[in-house]
Amino acid sequence: MPLEVLDLATEAGADREFLYTLNFGPQHPATHTTLRLILTLDGETIVKAVPDIGYLHSGFEKLGEDLDFNQYVTIVDRMNYISPVANEIAWHHTVEKLLNIEITPRCKYIRTILAELARISDHLLCVGAAALDLGGLTAFLYAFNEREKIYNIIEQASGQRFHPSYTRVGGLMADVTDEWVKLIRVFLESFPKVHADIVRLLNRNKIFLDRTRGIGVLTKDEAINMSVTGPVARAAGVVRDLRKDEPYLVYGELSGSFKVACSKGGDCLARYLVRMEEMLQSYNIIKAAIENLPSGPVNINVEDKLGIPDKNATYRTIEGLIQHFEILMWNRRFETPINEVYGANETANGELGFYLVADGTAKAWRARTRPPSFIHFAIFPHLMEGHQISDVPAVLGSLNIIAAELDR
Amino acid sequence: MPANYLVPLSQKFGDAVRGEEFRDNLRVIVGSDKVYDVLKALKEQFGFNMLCDIAGIDYLGYPDATDRFGVVYALTNVSTGERIFVKTFVNDPDPELPTVTDLWRGADWMEREVFDMFGIDFPGHPDLRRILLPPEFTSFPLRKDYPLRGYGERHNFEQMTRAEG
Repeated sequence: MPLEVLDLATEAGADREFLYTLNFGPQHPATHTTLRLILTLDGETIVKAVPDIGYLHSGFEKLGEDLDFNQYVTIVDRMNYISPVANEIAWHHTVEKLLNIEITPRCKYIRTILAELARISDHLLCVGAAALDLGGLTAFLYAFNEREKIYNIIEQASGQRFHPSYTRVGGLMADVTDEWVKLIRVFLESFPKVHADIVRLLNRNKIFLDRTRGIGVLTKDEAINMSVTGPVARAAGVVRDLRKDEPYLVYGELSGSFKVACSKGGDCLARYLVRMEEMLQSYNIIKAAIENLPSGPVNINVEDKLGIPDKNATYRTIEGLIQHFEILMWNRRFETPINEVYGANETANGELGFYLVADGTAKAWRARTRPPSFIHFAIFPHLMEGHQISDVPAVLGSLNIIAAELDR
Repeated sequence: MPANYLVPLSQKFGDAVRGEEFRDNLRVIVGSDKVYDVLKALKEQFGFNMLCDIAGIDYLGYPDATDRFGVVYALTNVSTGERIFVKTFVNDPDPELPTVTDLWRGADWMEREVFDMFGIDFPGHPDLRRILLPPEFTSFPLRKDYPLRGYGERHNFEQMTRAEG
């Protein structure tokens, strides 16, 4: 049985009997996903907000201990399903750190492009949905039209639109084609116009500004103390971006082509503006990366005995066939160090980290996820206190809580 | 690189702390009685102002493991971008660790999740309830002696017939 509404109500408002309790969610259009809030109200002012989560808990981390490093990618996909490729890249980044694999340059570039596309896709949804909740349907439609193109690009590469499961240990499921590059060029042509349209729709929209400015303010010290990362922290003035601070993939090489978007506001408007600017920076990264996309293999050498060889190698070479058999048989696979490692990537929502404990086999002993949505939803009661009930959708929209990642 | 934190830490805490390095991760291993002091020193004297994550690990059956549970605190210095990992061990029958919610407010939900999944108690935590699982859930599912498919906790749930619904 879930949290009892009445228990909390008596606890919060024992001395003030005029307070009343409002149950918000778990199924409510403004929550977008399955999460529940118990709000104690004084008129329309929120005195206390208690989140009650876990409605989508499906034991991802337990499954991570049962599936091997390549299989778990399908589960990781389903955490932040708005930008699934970014989760896969973060997961295999950690696994490759554990195994000390240096992936090929082409693979690095493709992963970087996909990670940035995922960021744009995530931010478009967040901005669009935030505008939708505050009454601006048009921006949402423009954003979703553009996200459709990103899905087409991901489909072209992996064969799946939503949950591509595209990365593998030491490489990718398949190499990309020229058609994929063409699709990205088409996307790069259309994206600045859509971005400018959204800016024109929202940046001077009085209703949007009035409902986001000064709402849900988070200061820099609070952001650091409450473990906040990503756009939410950068909107509060924390200058931290793992792409610059701990360069992975090709962000080090491309660091001249992008800047870190920051703001000092800390409110919902600042978070919106940071996300809008980050999309432009991601656009710059993709533009630079697609021009420099190197040729060559996407997977590490078959001789390294770690990656799955491609079809050609499997069917035409004896080494490839043996390696394919070794990787796919339950009782073989590869050996891992008996050690533990933390690897983190800057995904659209913030730092997505994995604390991976390996016991010598190709399965994780423990695959702890550091989910940014979980950390960001923890600050929600703090952001909400003293605000009006109509500010709940504005703050929820600006935090971009993805319940599948929140509950795992 | 962060390796030079180990020297001042061992000067302060003596043999209680031990360092380990793997890839680019520096781990400080410390007993559960000293972990709060080490974390506090790292926060206040060494500038690790952000608690990035708390990870619980069950080492039951792990190669060469002597303790049952491990808890890893991932700390970050936001200004320099350095990371340090503080690892401690607790054991049955009453695994418990001091709470760090007074140092970092962000630890609130993280500790609740470790409690929820491993049953490690955090005395002093302001609101230690189950967070992802329902309150009437009786076991701790990320422990290694808990099977993948569960013990049949569904028997605890109230059953509603079609007529009642």
